[in-house]
Amino acid sequence: MKFRSVGVLAGTATLALTATACGGNDDGTEAPAGMVVWASEERVDVLEPFAAEFGEANGVGVDLQALPNDELQANFVTAHEAGSGPDVLIGAHDWIGNLVQNNAVDPVQLPGETIDDLDETALEAASYEGQVYGFPYATESLMLVRNTELAPDAPESIEELVETGSALKEEGDTAEILSVMVGQNGDPYHLHPLYTSGGGYLFGQDEHGDHDPTDLGVGTPESIEAMERIAELGEEGEGALKRSVGNQNALALFADGDAPYFITGPWDLNEIRKSGIDYDISPVPGFEGAEEARPFLGAQVCYVASGGENKVLAEEFVTNHMTDPDVAAAFYDAEPLPPSLGSAHDQVEDPDLAKMAEAGENAEPMPAIPQMASVWDPMGKAQASIIGGADPENALRAAEKTIANEIG
Amino acid sequence: MVSQYGNDKGASSRASSAPPLPGGALAPDGSLPGQIAKIGMLGLAAAVGLWAVFPLYAEGRWIGVATVVAVTALIFHVYLSKRTVPAKYLLPGTLLLVAFQVIPVLYTVGTSVTNYGDGHRGTKEQAIAGIEATSVSRTADSADYTLTVAARGDADTGDLVFLLTGPDGSAYAGTDEGLAPLRNATVEDSGKITEAGGYTILAPGEVNRRSGEVEEFAVPTGPGSGIRSSGLSTAYEGEAGRVYDAGCDCVTDTDSGQVFTADNERGGFYAEDGQRVSQGWKVGVGLDNFVRFLTDPTLGSSFLSILTWNLGFAAGTTALVFALGLAVALTLHTRHRLRGRTTYRLLVVLPYAMPSFAMFLLWRDMFNADYGLLNRLLGWDLDWFGDPWTARAAVLLVNLWLGFPYMFLVATGALQAIPRELVQAARIDGAGAWQAFRTVTFPLLMVAMLPILVATFAFNFNNFNAVWLTTEGGPFPTDNPMAGATDLLITYTYRLAFGEAGAQYGYAAAVSVFIFMIVTLISVVALRRSKSLEEVHN
Repeated sequence: MKFRSVGVLAGTATLALTATACGGNDDGTEAPAGMVVWASEERVDVLEPFAAEFGEANGVGVDLQALPNDELQANFVTAHEAGSGPDVLIGAHDWIGNLVQNNAVDPVQLPGETIDDLDETALEAASYEGQVYGFPYATESLMLVRNTELAPDAPESIEELVETGSALKEEGDTAEILSVMVGQNGDPYHLHPLYTSGGGYLFGQDEHGDHDPTDLGVGTPESIEAMERIAELGEEGEGALKRSVGNQNALALFADGDAPYFITGPWDLNEIRKSGIDYDISPVPGFEGAEEARPFLGAQVCYVASGGENKVLAEEFVTNHMTDPDVAAAFYDAEPLPPSLGSAHDQVEDPDLAKMAEAGENAEPMPAIPQMASVWDPMGKAQASIIGGADPENALRAAEKTIANEIG
Repeated sequence: MVSQYGNDKGASSRASSAPPLPGGALAPDGSLPGQIAKIGMLGLAAAVGLWAVFPLYAEGRWIGVATVVAVTALIFHVYLSKRTVPAKYLLPGTLLLVAFQVIPVLYTVGTSVTNYGDGHRGTKEQAIAGIEATSVSRTADSADYTLTVAARGDADTGDLVFLLTGPDGSAYAGTDEGLAPLRNATVEDSGKITEAGGYTILAPGEVNRRSGEVEEFAVPTGPGSGIRSSGLSTAYEGEAGRVYDAGCDCVTDTDSGQVFTADNERGGFYAEDGQRVSQGWKVGVGLDNFVRFLTDPTLGSSFLSILTWNLGFAAGTTALVFALGLAVALTLHTRHRLRGRTTYRLLVVLPYAMPSFAMFLLWRDMFNADYGLLNRLLGWDLDWFGDPWTARAAVLLVNLWLGFPYMFLVATGALQAIPRELVQAARIDGAGAWQAFRTVTFPLLMVAMLPILVATFAFNFNNFNAVWLTTEGGPFPTDNPMAGATDLLITYTYRLAFGEAGAQYGYAAAVSVFIFMIVTLISVVALRRSKSLEEVHN
């Protein structure tokens, strides 16, 4: 009989334990009031004072949460689906297509004066299917940075750039003509200025101004022609574009003085300044006698989550608080991406800003349609193999087939 | 076998009548510490059960509640009963196996017959709500109103009222019946209304608490249009551009007049010309994902070569790390005094102690054709990742470097467990060093090593990081960007399911089911073989 009494004792004890366990657990009726913002770590630091100010003005708590930039979008969509997402998300504009098809963000109504002050291309970038999704506070696009000690003048064309660069390389002053990310599997983003200058395009546009997935530019005669011109700069040609230059060494090549020219975006500017190299910024040149080079424009957007519990506050924050030029200026101080509000430009005292803005004048918004996800990888591989010496037509036709098969 | 607590009174008295049970401390009449541990563990089980049950109950998920109750009851039954001794040992492992192996497999199989993925995540109702909500746009002649949210009566429960100030400064009260001029209101310069007779002005926090209602609220101004809020202090007149009609189960675009009809088999609204509305929903698609995988145009031409390389990669890695690990272990296992033996062992284990993620990236850079350490050091001009065979060699080399220390550790342990007398006896009988190793040491070693080798093979068969972080599957033939020379099945399918058009979980799950079957088949065969070897040696 002994084990029975022990069993009862054990049972009673566990009940007592569980009673205390649930005692600590049943206050979950009211969630703490507070708006949650997701952004990358650097941006959270910038936002801190503005969020505190907003919270104080409206008598609510603002919880800024930092996530790695490359995980933000996927985590946001997953969290939204589980009903535990944030109220505000700060990220790139080309996520819009995916966020909209997952019902994860809401359109916003920006105040008229903000729209008047806003860069047109930035507004276009944040627009999708006729609606504006969030406030685009800054833009970024590729520019040409040159080492003024080696190359004092901004090149008018890519041919002029290659000429100057080749001369420097032959004299042994530099190891490379140009530093631009290609990598083993290609990089259509960094090649886009040259691709467009050669006449190529990725998607046509529909009546909303959105990119049209049924009009694919990869594999068209224009794209083949553009890539043929690019092939002349490749490993079998001038050697200005090389697969051995990728994200791991493109910046280092320029910062160490091994390349006189560097095609990059504003995100590398802080590092370039730290390297102590004398530099200047100009637009990425196109081919001689061809179209203008058009880099991609990326906008950094402040989104209102559709599933947030504090949507009214989130809308207020995004449309009336983030649109304050002071916020944009503070973001610029931390990371020099050109602000998209004209009035914010007046607050920034940096001679590079005007040059970056000039370099981005021709930029076209990166396609935000979900189908773009199918383009990056095959197009990159096609470009890499063309730069490595493969036949442009074969490579592009294969990429076209793969992309068309994916888009369906 | 007498347990640690076997000298307890109860146990010893039982021992006289029946053989003591294994693990006596956890038996009902075990020692005091055993009892306390048992009470603690059962308490924990009950606490976890309760913790899990309340949210499930709140959501009305009765199957979940029943499962939690049943599992908790089972735990109590097994550990409070005297008769269920084998179950006491089997239950924890079985529960964990079910929770972390069986359920994920079932879930994967369940997902594989749906279109779950980006654009098809929620229900049809959510999709419709999303389509209508995102289609509301400002009417062409909309005025900008300054908004003050108020309520009739109580701030938290009273009917919502939008107090609006037009651009000309005139004030209105907007209810769900329409706009009415507002008198006796105190209007600030900013347009905000701070006081209005009969209405309770809501503070920002109070408005936010009623976020859901405020978002839904529209002051009707005409058919389909209304004044809606944008944040706390602005309002605009907007109309829904897309409206769902349950009658025809379709969405109509009020601007263009285009009609999108629901296709409940594909989980989306499609127009006649094939255009579809972005937002879709999750539906069952039967075996479509499996068919799609099997009929993929690149699969037919590349599956065999990928599978062959995949097997070669796994087998090659296993063989190489085993050979090198064992060779190093043997070298350091010498009878002779070796100065700094521990230091050598530490140095050899070092690659194993480094985070493999960073090591893969580091190695990738060392193979760079122009700037890589390898080419610079050796003075070669080899495009490592540009040629299929050098890329494969590179991946194997990296994997060897990262993998051999583990083999070295295991082999060292196994070698130390083999009595030196056996080898000495063989030497006395006239065997040479090689013969002694081959006939005595090696067979004994293999008994311990074979399961490890099978595990190494299975792990490397799906070693995603080793390929994705170095070559990304490349180099790719010019005519096929989908299947590269170093692609494993897992990297190839990852590219198919995730690398391209966003996350397609349904499709990815179907592909996973295929890989699961292949790995299971190989593992079963391998384990059978290793078992037969063990029988020989025993």
